[in-house]
Amino acid sequence: MNANASGARLEPVAAKTLTVVPLRHPWRWVAVGIVLLGLAGLTASVVTNPQFQWPVVASYLFHERILNGLTMTIILTVVVMILATIIGTIAALMMISDSKLLSLPAALFVWLFRGSPALVQLMLWYNLSLVFRSITLWIPGVGTVFSIDTNSLMTPMTAAIIALSLHEAGYMAEIVRGGLKSVSNGQTEAAASLGMKPSLLLRRIVLPQAMRMIIPPTGNETINLLKTTSLVSIIAVSDLLYSAQSIYARTFETIPLLIVVTIWYLAVVSVMSVGQYYLERNFSRDETHVAIGPLTRVFGNLFSLRTKETRA
Amino acid sequence: MNITAKGHHRFGIPPETMVYASEVRKSFGALDVLKGVSISVAAGTVACIIGPSGSGKSTFLRCINHLEEINGGLLLVDGDFVGYRLAGDKLYELPPSAICKRRAEIGMVFQQFNLFPHMTVLENIIEAPVRVRGEPVAQAKARAVEILGRVGLAAKHNVYPRHLSGGQQQRVAIARALAMNPKVILFDEPTSALDPELVGEVLEVMKDLARDGITMIVVTHEIGFAREVADQLIFMDGGVVVESGDPREIIANPQNPRTREFLARVL
Repeated sequence: MNANASGARLEPVAAKTLTVVPLRHPWRWVAVGIVLLGLAGLTASVVTNPQFQWPVVASYLFHERILNGLTMTIILTVVVMILATIIGTIAALMMISDSKLLSLPAALFVWLFRGSPALVQLMLWYNLSLVFRSITLWIPGVGTVFSIDTNSLMTPMTAAIIALSLHEAGYMAEIVRGGLKSVSNGQTEAAASLGMKPSLLLRRIVLPQAMRMIIPPTGNETINLLKTTSLVSIIAVSDLLYSAQSIYARTFETIPLLIVVTIWYLAVVSVMSVGQYYLERNFSRDETHVAIGPLTRVFGNLFSLRTKETRA
Repeated sequence: MNITAKGHHRFGIPPETMVYASEVRKSFGALDVLKGVSISVAAGTVACIIGPSGSGKSTFLRCINHLEEINGGLLLVDGDFVGYRLAGDKLYELPPSAICKRRAEIGMVFQQFNLFPHMTVLENIIEAPVRVRGEPVAQAKARAVEILGRVGLAAKHNVYPRHLSGGQQQRVAIARALAMNPKVILFDEPTSALDPELVGEVLEVMKDLARDGITMIVVTHEIGFAREVADQLIFMDGGVVVESGDPREIIANPQNPRTREFLARVL
């Protein structure tokens, strides 16, 4: 406080002669060094350990059965996600309905299929024939329209699609409901006062705005689902994991084949993340977005440890 | 003005009446918000509704275009019910599609603007004419540009609402309502959410509409605007119309003590 008390007058300093000396972070560099050292050691051990059998990994990476399994995994993900989105949206619309008779069953549906493990649901649907011998559509006055033996209907593939779709629909319903509720009441009122009927209003005003809230978690769900589909290997659907299992059951090259599976899952997830980025951008057109690509977004700041200082 | 005499004679109201309310009641649960509101607004005139907050003026406005259903009384727009069909002495609730057709003839401007954030200014304005009325896009666009010129925003048609100031957004909202050629425009505190220096530009546009003979019902706190533009001033308090009549007379010489007290606080 009393620095000037000695009587020395302060000389005025021109602003442009002042320079800012950035704060140094020596310990951050030490931490970076330790992490890099650890990474190098880990890489060396993975590359040099013969048990990983990298040549075997390479030979199976584009093996016909693996690629067929991969196709099956992708098809399953796409089909289940489409069905789950449709069922989930219907359930979400029911949940926000004024009628308790619609909202309660939808809430019950979400509780049931989101609350029980996917693996258990898979096994239950696969074993449906133990409960229902045959599935019959019988209409009073018309009689039996059709009847089918449950065992021939509930193939591993049908069981997988039904179980995973219903499970995923439970999550999608909550995501869609959250998105719909995020759109302000004023939007609905403005559209209604312009004479837009409920269906038009939902399609043109509410859903496009809800999409912005729905897309990011849906992208995460799709990525999650892709990995969850590996559960179907337990009921003998020949997906990516099951195909690898069927190979190493004969050759005992367990680790290399599981690495092949991991590589493919990682590759598909990476492609999906890029797709999600462009989808999100498409639904937030009105926001001023800095034109950076998805790769720049992930890797762009890798070597700029000191962005904060340079901005100051 | 497009005046149809079809409903007017049945209730014995003059054919030039655009909005007619008689003993309108509305309650939310146990709370009675409107306890018998009666007003009559002639076509081509401006009515301003003032009153303390909680007096029911916004609720009444929302009842006019059936955003809220009334619990009793008579509420007619251009001689007809908005949400009901009269047959004999029974009122049948209309399906949403029919209500929407009637609502399209009643414009509304909100306190919070409520522009569609995912659409440009032009898209906001042509949305209802194209999707609700089925106008050709080119024609709707031409009209939208013309209306934007009228509210002083000719250069802004490709901008998203979030890049506009509050005053500009509200002027776009007015343009959006105008694009439907409404019989009446309801304004719900159109300047209350604006910074003080932006209030003027919105009021200017509204004065301009009043001069063009557009029927308007304005819930507002702008007593100056009411005195200058309104043909009728309605003071509401506690869910009823306490006093109504010529704005200059009421503002200069309020008859009811509640009106006097309110005006003394806001002037």
